[in-house]
Amino acid sequence: MNKVLLGVLLGAALGAVDGLTAWLTPAVRPYMIGIVIGSTFKGIIAGVAAGWFARKVQSVPAGIAFGFVVGLLLAYGVAAMPSETGEHYYFEIMLPGSIVGAILGWATQRYGRPANMPRVAATTVALPPV
Amino acid sequence: MNWLSDATLDHLRLVADQPDVSSTRYELIREIARGGMGVVYEAEDRELQRRVALKVLATEVAGPEAVERLRNEARTIARLEHPGIVPVHDAGILPDGRAWYAMKLVRGETLRAEGRSRTELLRLFLRICEPVAFAHAHGVVHRDLKPENVMIGSFGEVLVMDWGVAASVQGRGEEGLVVGTPGFMAPEQERGDSAPDTRADVFALGAMLRLLLHNERPPKPLRAIIGKAMSASPADRYRDAQDLAGDVARYADGLPVTAYRENLLERSGRWISRNRALVAMVLTYLVMRVLVFLFGRT
Repeated sequence: MNKVLLGVLLGAALGAVDGLTAWLTPAVRPYMIGIVIGSTFKGIIAGVAAGWFARKVQSVPAGIAFGFVVGLLLAYGVAAMPSETGEHYYFEIMLPGSIVGAILGWATQRYGRPANMPRVAATTVALPPV
Repeated sequence: MNWLSDATLDHLRLVADQPDVSSTRYELIREIARGGMGVVYEAEDRELQRRVALKVLATEVAGPEAVERLRNEARTIARLEHPGIVPVHDAGILPDGRAWYAMKLVRGETLRAEGRSRTELLRLFLRICEPVAFAHAHGVVHRDLKPENVMIGSFGEVLVMDWGVAASVQGRGEEGLVVGTPGFMAPEQERGDSAPDTRADVFALGAMLRLLLHNERPPKPLRAIIGKAMSASPADRYRDAQDLAGDVARYADGLPVTAYRENLLERSGRWISRNRALVAMVLTYLVMRVLVFLFGRT
């Protein structure tokens, strides 16, 4: 599996889980479906970005930092929109969003097939005995 | 009658023993080392104007059999072209019948563990295994691996030296001939079962790993690796140097090793230690979620 696809799948899964944790905030429980869909979509975008970055740069710390920043920015975009009650949930959305981004950055650095790597190992050379 | 002094006698002995290399393109500079079979000199290659190491058969052992053995040694090393094996440049026979060969002159120090961390030592050990594994893949067994035969070059290159008793795994060996160095010699070598076997080198590599880590108590998986490599029965050891190096590399990478069956607690500890960053991030996430739940808006 290539790094971008890994980022998409993991981003969707982590985004959905992150969205489901909104259930812990009783005030937003009536809007759970919208929150989960939005959070999943946010996770997918962060996953694509982290996967793309991992193909360009091979460094786990850099991947974590990049994922953190992307997650933070995306979460800010969501948090900046007022909820249906008119409130902003910056802290509740941005902190988990940035950590989900960091996890995606870590995972896409550690796992997934890097760019331009053949799927099958190369040739086998028979060595004659001395 | 005037008797010769001890110093004069020593000098005469030295001169008489020194090979006459005037028929070659080399000029002896000084003696570097002396072994049971030959003497190694630092020499100047007049043609290419570079320093080389010249191994010449010792006068005490000179004879058709010894000549053939030294020539075989040169041929064996010459066929093993690997960065971790000293390359042979040239070989021949001196007018007095002694065999010789010229090889790269390596400047550096022999292997020692002091001042190195466990990670460094394991990395170093894996680099020692590389040329040995290469030789095994070519059907050659070193048979005298020990720290003194490993040279660390001035640029950090690791070289396995002294292939003087190396043999082909297809050879029958000499029955009753004891080859190797006590402490690094496999039990079957001590008994004189000299049929060359890669697992004798595995034993010696295990002994070297144990010696490298003697300043600390290695963790259980590493001890199990050493134990397996140094098993009394060759059948219980790793097949060859590649097999052993694979397990050491797995340990160094935080993966499970074949020599040790870990319990659930050890497996979890290894996983956490290998994925510290992930564990820290997930814990942060959970702690933060709990804080939001406890102190956030309802």
